[in-house]
Amino acid sequence: MSDVCIVGIGIHRFGRTDGLSGIEQGAFAVRRALADAGVAWGDIQFAYGSSDAAGNPDTMVEQLGFTGVQFINVRNGCAAGGSALFSAQMAIKSGEFDLGLAVGFDKHPRGAFNALPAEYNLPEWYGEAGYMITTQFFANKITRYMHLHGISPLSLGRVAEKAYRNAVHAPHAWRRQPVPLADIMAAPLVSDPYTKYMFCSPAEGGVALILASEKKARALGAPLVRLKAATMRTRPPGSFEVFAPSVDSGGGVASATRLAAAAAFAQAGIGPEDIAVAQLQDTEAGAEIMHMAENGFCRDGEQEQWLAEGRTAISGRLPVNTDGGCLACGEPIGASGLRQVYENVVQLRGGGGGRQVPGSPTTAYSHVYGAPGVSAVTILER
Amino acid sequence: MIAEGLVTDEQPPRLIGGRDRESGRIVFPCPPSPGFEPVPLGRHGRLWSWTVQRYRPKSPPYAGPAAFEPWAVGYVELPGEVIVESRLAHVAFDAIAIGMELELTLIALDPAATEPVLIPAFQPLAASQPEGAGA
Repeated sequence: MSDVCIVGIGIHRFGRTDGLSGIEQGAFAVRRALADAGVAWGDIQFAYGSSDAAGNPDTMVEQLGFTGVQFINVRNGCAAGGSALFSAQMAIKSGEFDLGLAVGFDKHPRGAFNALPAEYNLPEWYGEAGYMITTQFFANKITRYMHLHGISPLSLGRVAEKAYRNAVHAPHAWRRQPVPLADIMAAPLVSDPYTKYMFCSPAEGGVALILASEKKARALGAPLVRLKAATMRTRPPGSFEVFAPSVDSGGGVASATRLAAAAAFAQAGIGPEDIAVAQLQDTEAGAEIMHMAENGFCRDGEQEQWLAEGRTAISGRLPVNTDGGCLACGEPIGASGLRQVYENVVQLRGGGGGRQVPGSPTTAYSHVYGAPGVSAVTILER
Repeated sequence: MIAEGLVTDEQPPRLIGGRDRESGRIVFPCPPSPGFEPVPLGRHGRLWSWTVQRYRPKSPPYAGPAAFEPWAVGYVELPGEVIVESRLAHVAFDAIAIGMELELTLIALDPAATEPVLIPAFQPLAASQPEGAGA
């Protein structure tokens, strides 16, 4: 079976863009990706689009042109972008098409996500009591993890400090000012042990990726960035997820991430030790820490030493979240997972500028996770 | 109470969980499904994890008072049954520790209300009050 290649990438900067709708930001990213690939909108044979809160992606044909293109909308919680990408690569792998698009965008209101119980199959009282709060769940989750595995609050701070430091060099990032570690630690608590700098914010942005069969990619003359694996999984029994009124005794260890990661490594035929750069879901600082282990890059508890030694910095053994991740870019749900893949393509092409991972990386890993226990992973190779 | 079917009518009350009739797995609250049988859960447990809600949740859905004071919320492991999410009451934030022994109580969602809506909460064993329903 032929490899699927990523031949074009485009992004609309994340953060807040008043006066531009989510769909317009998505279309902006598509135009950038088309130009990057050297193809026209009329060449695109199919598209998968993801958005959680900014409208139906297929309506962007009004802006891009009525070519009659097949355009399928994907809504899959925080895995929406990953699911769009998974679907797009399947369309090429199947032999049905050889040039297509995965696009994701979103535009969320300011402030925390406002989830309603009925959307998650939960009783109304759960929201009335004040428990429909993602930040609250994430704080509970990391408190347990820190207790079990000896992670200190300072490690949470180090993750956030690294995110803002990396984002200085990422033009598409939202928060591009470095924040000193001491300020991060001394900032007001949002939900203990997390201070305000340790959570990402809902945001806006758009990302587009042009995918091609290997034959088509060679014809385009593009550098071959191969999508070696794309997986998406839902939660196993006993996992500890957002909006959980109860957890099974002995639970909290198994996760959708572990399943998606294992499947991706099996698909790609390589292991965590072979990865040169990784983008891991970091909606809060502790998520990056837990996901380092859940994705297989270290054992539970080793993160404390990894972070103290700077092993996940740009210059470290495994650079993580080289563009500042969700912490610095914010989280437009439909676009977030595709931003990670965008950043990985930038890194594999050597185009990262001040945030470029040294040594010409040839493998890159991306991982998203979200409510209610969904995860999507990709592995790229150059 | 904030909802029917969360706690038993007895004094002191117990949480009502749901036992999966096929697998025996216990969840809280009891789902409105014939596949689950309501079962009263133990009143005592140990703190499994916790945090403090430091900002007022958005309304809707939050039905607490407009004037916000931070509150502690965590997960309590009821031995041999299930780990339940619950408000933590009658304990200073800096005295909260994973593993501490807790017991069920009911507290007011709005302590200033004249006819307060009650919600389940867990408090340190030593914090027991004669009424068992104080705010």
